[in-house]
Amino acid sequence: MLSIFNLHTGSQAAVLPPDWPGNFWFHMLVFIAILFVFVILGVMAFIYIERRILGRFQIRIGPNRTGPFGIIQPVADTIKILIKEDIIPHNADGLLHLLAPAIAFIPALLIFAVIPLQDGAALADLNIGILYIVAISSVGTVGILMAGWASNNKYGLLGAMRVIAEVVSYEIPLALSIIGVVLLTGNLSMSSIVASQNIPFILLQPLGFIIYFVAALAEINRTPFDLLDAESEIVAGFNIEYSGIKFALFYLTEYSEALAISAIISTIYLGGWRGPLLPPVLWLLIKMIAVFIVIIWIRSTLPRIRIDHVMAFAWKCLLPLALINLLITGLQVITLSDISQWVIVAINFVVAAVLILLWSRFYRLTGNKLSGDKIEV
Amino acid sequence: MKFDRYGKGIAKGMVLTLKHFFRRPITTQYPEQRLNVSRRIRGNQLILDTNACNACSACSRACPVNCLTIVTSRDENKKLKLDKFEQDIGICIGCGLCVEACPIKSLFMSCDYEKSAYSRKSFILTREDLAPSEKEVPSGYFSPENEAKLPKQTLLIDR
Repeated sequence: MLSIFNLHTGSQAAVLPPDWPGNFWFHMLVFIAILFVFVILGVMAFIYIERRILGRFQIRIGPNRTGPFGIIQPVADTIKILIKEDIIPHNADGLLHLLAPAIAFIPALLIFAVIPLQDGAALADLNIGILYIVAISSVGTVGILMAGWASNNKYGLLGAMRVIAEVVSYEIPLALSIIGVVLLTGNLSMSSIVASQNIPFILLQPLGFIIYFVAALAEINRTPFDLLDAESEIVAGFNIEYSGIKFALFYLTEYSEALAISAIISTIYLGGWRGPLLPPVLWLLIKMIAVFIVIIWIRSTLPRIRIDHVMAFAWKCLLPLALINLLITGLQVITLSDISQWVIVAINFVVAAVLILLWSRFYRLTGNKLSGDKIEV
Repeated sequence: MKFDRYGKGIAKGMVLTLKHFFRRPITTQYPEQRLNVSRRIRGNQLILDTNACNACSACSRACPVNCLTIVTSRDENKKLKLDKFEQDIGICIGCGLCVEACPIKSLFMSCDYEKSAYSRKSFILTREDLAPSEKEVPSGYFSPENEAKLPKQTLLIDR
């Protein structure tokens, strides 16, 4: 354990103030405290932002009664949910039922260990940062499967199975689109990914960004891929038998995953903490909120996709596109390394548009058998 | 070659919700903000013009649920006079038949729709409660003269 956290790179020492206590444990404790508060407050802020912005997208106002502009609303909701009765259903697997929320939440929290809040300011600036994120973010799914299984409820299990299928499928295009960024950077470390973004990677990797964004939406089970808690079909999915503080943990997990995905997208595609004038942490926050607002925008627009369509989309559309993107990026890194990056930006945008258009021709849903819609060829 | 499945529908939908984002919210924050109700609303209670009423009890006879209690007597000129006029708005179904039955148009529906109370007794409204006042405005139901005086209804589609 210690050896993992000891992998600080040199950039950290350069930026931290000289009187910063050099003790490893001190650094770790301070950053754990900072990140924990950051995640909890961030989740509350995100819940508030989501409810207000979603309200505006639906021509409503959103919560505006509790405190000025309703900003105390998440606090009130938290207090209310924490003092609710905790019910364990009859014939449920008590231990798994108890453990599942924690196992789902901890990986979502662990992702933040490698996100650089500013230059060198991360809990652990791992040299395998992005690999660590890809690895750890899929562990939370185990917690969701445990929750669905332990609830002794058919809807719970159905929701959990859907999540497994979805996450396993979307993990592959997700990882492949990240490899495009890693090829450009030549490094897995999050801080060197940020450091090498003189042009934000969203411009150099437009197709990769789209693939990553869609796959990340599926990974954190946001609309339009929110099959796990499809209210109209399986009531609430895996968390149907959860109440009180355990349900609060699942809710926290959902939003801290959204927070984490916003942070990852901001870091690897939008330039992380880099930006003019404002302090770096503020730039990261602004980018995270912007990404989250786009997620809310998508939620307010798109309806839920059927499970076979979700699967078909991952395997028939995103995976080939991600592979082609990887090939093109690799070729560019090898052959076009000495020409201006803006030329590559232009080439990549054209390539992305052409590929998406082409794939709209190739991509068919389940051979027109299950979907039932007749498509004119 | 036809290209129409590249996400055009998604883009259209996103533009639509973005337009909604910049629209004024439709929500009315009720106790502070109110919409103008329909000018021909049949509100929760009646409004009785006591001076005009000739105590014929036609309204009471027209009432399908018997929510009107009317006691009349004859004065020295053998003219009918109203001793008691009570409406139980807990029973009233707001059908408006009493208003239509009134031969001299002395009875109107009210525009008021906020009549919830804690006890059933307070639903029984006496003659004083049924008098027109600042709060109890006669509605335009079965009465075009009143309708002309009232403000136009707010339609959410106009906002």
